[in-house]
Amino acid sequence: MPRLSYRRALTRALADEMTRDESVVVLGEDIRVAAANVTTGLLKKFGPERVRDTPLSEQAFTSFATGAALAGARPVVEFQIPSLLFLVFEQIVNHAHKFPLMTGGQCAVPVTYVVPGSGSRTGWAGQHSDHPYALFAHVGVTTVVPATPADAYGLLVSAIRCDDPVVVFAPAGALDLRADVTDLAAVPLGRGIVRRPGADVTVVAVGHLVHDALAVAEELAGQASVEVFDPRTLYPFDWDGLVESVSRTGRLVVVDDGNRSCGIAGEIIATVVERVRLAAPPRRVTRPDGAVLPFAPALDRAVQPGRDQLTAAIQLTLKDG
Amino acid sequence: MTGSDPLRLYRTVRLIRRFEERAIELVRAGEIVGGIHPYLGQEGIAAGVCAALSAEDLVTGTHRGHGHVLAKGADPARMLAELCGRVTGLNRGRGGSMHAADFGVGVLGANAIVGAAGAILTGAVWERRRRGADIVGATFFGDGAVNEGMLLEAFNLAALWRIPVLFVCENNGYATTMPVDGAVAGTIAGRAAAFGMPAAAVDGQDPEAVHEVTAAAVARMRAGGGPELVEARTYRFDAHHTFEHQVRLDYRPPEEVAEGRSRDPVDIAGARLDPAVRAEVDAAVEAELDAAVEFALAGPHPDPATALDHLYASGLTARTGGG
Ligand SMILES: Cc1ncc(C[n+]2csc(CCOP(=O)(O)OP(=O)(O)O)c2C)c(N)n1
Ligand SMILES: [Mg+2]
Repeated sequence: MPRLSYRRALTRALADEMTRDESVVVLGEDIRVAAANVTTGLLKKFGPERVRDTPLSEQAFTSFATGAALAGARPVVEFQIPSLLFLVFEQIVNHAHKFPLMTGGQCAVPVTYVVPGSGSRTGWAGQHSDHPYALFAHVGVTTVVPATPADAYGLLVSAIRCDDPVVVFAPAGALDLRADVTDLAAVPLGRGIVRRPGADVTVVAVGHLVHDALAVAEELAGQASVEVFDPRTLYPFDWDGLVESVSRTGRLVVVDDGNRSCGIAGEIIATVVERVRLAAPPRRVTRPDGAVLPFAPALDRAVQPGRDQLTAAIQLTLKDG
Repeated sequence: MTGSDPLRLYRTVRLIRRFEERAIELVRAGEIVGGIHPYLGQEGIAAGVCAALSAEDLVTGTHRGHGHVLAKGADPARMLAELCGRVTGLNRGRGGSMHAADFGVGVLGANAIVGAAGAILTGAVWERRRRGADIVGATFFGDGAVNEGMLLEAFNLAALWRIPVLFVCENNGYATTMPVDGAVAGTIAGRAAAFGMPAAAVDGQDPEAVHEVTAAAVARMRAGGGPELVEARTYRFDAHHTFEHQVRLDYRPPEEVAEGRSRDPVDIAGARLDPAVRAEVDAAVEAELDAAVEFALAGPHPDPATALDHLYASGLTARTGGG
């Protein structure tokens, strides 16, 4: 198998699902020319009925996708900027997410929202650098953050096949990854994975931060045995998988590129301590409360969770208790 | 489909009128919680528009949506059961007045977010047609919605992609208490013109006039035309919402209300029938609604253990909130 880039994994997932299922259509801005380098080649292969370039009308095309889904389509909507999710939060939460319950089960809304390049893009500043996955977990919309090319493929495939709305965050920090992928397959939603086994502490890392966590675990190998758990799906979360890990290690550190207050790290810690008696207080490394990413590269980096912070948090947790 | 049927139009208008009056009684009796936005006075619009649609055509309604759902063919008994929150309701008691939906008759839901449904309907019509169904859609909204950006975006998408959607503006002069003059710069028809959409204004109190305008628009759309807008001028006879029965808000002069109520769609449509026929229709509607009330109140209340049923179509179950 050739080395597969993260972006091409997304492309492959779209093309494979569009080939397999006529009801899959893609909507978004500048997708006919693949400005985000994800929908590459799709227009030629599937035509403009199924690869629809939209005007800049995020609210309308998000709800257009909801309507199309109500009528039998499986739309995939690409957003150029993570912050556009704030603009369409209403359409996703109030309509797409609520329709099945409000109608008493008369319908399904199988729409996939893809954000290629979520989180900091270095130099794109305040309005292009958000990572609002916790918002969707909070409202109960299925939310995935693939860390690797294989998962980018497998989770996008599962998202498209899911009968509910799913938001796929493809972190900017992971988009340039390449990997030898031996097995292109659907990855089940709601199932985490231990990326590195360890005995002393479980580090939960979200999205691109999985790779930082693996690097830190390697650096600390002489001092401590660090297990790295990649949840892959933030909602529904693989609580059993994580509890199994933390039950063995007794210690928990979470690294999350969201803002601290009401972030996914807080939810992870709360749920684990409800179920597991830890040997030491858990810790989390996140963006600060209320973070807005400043422009200058040093400031942008300063606001994102870093390896040094993660190393320090792990060491503190190991020292405590 | 173009010839109007005075009997059918009258029957629908009368059904909606009496349904709403019965529903208000049930609000007063505490059987319908949360109140309703009565459609009283506006019945001619839903009746006229839906009479020009086929069973497969799709519609979306509004917070003031009972008329749309009934006119498109939903069962009044199951609709009333929905308002009463019973499992026998259209939405199994999960939606209530503002979310009543009946996908079986092409009602993709009343929608309580002003201006939100137009884009949803546009997408649904597009997809059905992509699958080869020769359908059109009608999306109802109030005068308040013409200042919502997402509806204007939907105008653009529908016009740009020539999706046959009839945008039906029910201009009753007010958004809650805000008069149109205090809210709309330009005109409602002008909004359509900006997107190259034909627009017609019609007397919303006359179901036959509404039917005629709609049937012509639907015929053009079925022949390959793009979306159109109809502005139906109407008057809301009762409160914005039944909460106003308790709290009187001072925004409509009594003379204006009297003048508005003087043009009653039930009378306008009824005058076209032989009085004996009209009386027969009235009796039949009454009997149907008697049975509907009985059906609604006999329906079981949902089991609280099922509160989150249907939350996920995929079968995902959510964590509960307790301990
Ligand atoms: C987006 C949005 N804003 C505000 C409200 C609260 N609200 C409910 S109905 C209404 C007035 C709507 O007026 P209009 O569209 O003219 O419809 P009408 O009530 O007159 O039928 C308002 C402000 C809402 N439901 N949705
Ligand atoms: Mg109004």
